[in-house]
Amino acid sequence: MGVEVLSASTDSRFVHKIWQEQELSKMIQGGVPFPMLADAGGKIGAIYGVYDELAGVDIRGRFIIDPDFVIRAMEVLTPEVGRNPKELLRQLKAFQHNRATGEVMPSGWEPGQVTLKPGPALVGKVWEVWKP
Amino acid sequence: MAELKDGCVTPARGPIVPVTEKIQTELTFEKEVYKVNARVGQTAIDFEANAFIEGKGFQPVKLSDYKGKWIVLCFYPGDFTFV
Repeated sequence: MGVEVLSASTDSRFVHKIWQEQELSKMIQGGVPFPMLADAGGKIGAIYGVYDELAGVDIRGRFIIDPDFVIRAMEVLTPEVGRNPKELLRQLKAFQHNRATGEVMPSGWEPGQVTLKPGPALVGKVWEVWKP
Repeated sequence: MAELKDGCVTPARGPIVPVTEKIQTELTFEKEVYKVNARVGQTAIDFEANAFIEGKGFQPVKLSDYKGKWIVLCFYPGDFTFV
């Protein structure tokens, strides 16, 4: 899909290294391949709206940034619940399809389903084409 | 041994001694405040961070190093946590 992943927490890069060695490499062969960023003091998390000052950590926030460096999507959760990689992939595929074709993806769209071509001809006719 | 309850994010209480007095302090800390906020549809805010990269070791990474590609940026509360 040609996507670069970056992860970030307030842990230092040294902790990231040991986490990779001690745990992640046992869950994923070779460990995670993407850069693990150290967000010292939550300064980066703060500008992305995910830094919890009371707890001193970045909460779960996920951002999709397009090749023009524009933020396309964000999902932010409190720490108790993890994210769903399937939903991330769905959104990435949808945004990539939109960038390639200009077509748009309606609510609940899954890869492979019909996409919509916005324009005067489609006004009032979505019900005819989109039958999920 | 009873298992200790340890959630992901509850901050530790700090000093566990009775509070003897409360004082007003003149001491203030300088804090950098950034007047920018990440929003969808807006240009991403660039930053640099120290990073660990498998096979490469430690090196600083800038978000803008990846300009021109699709990027997924993920924040999480901490290494060695549970979720």
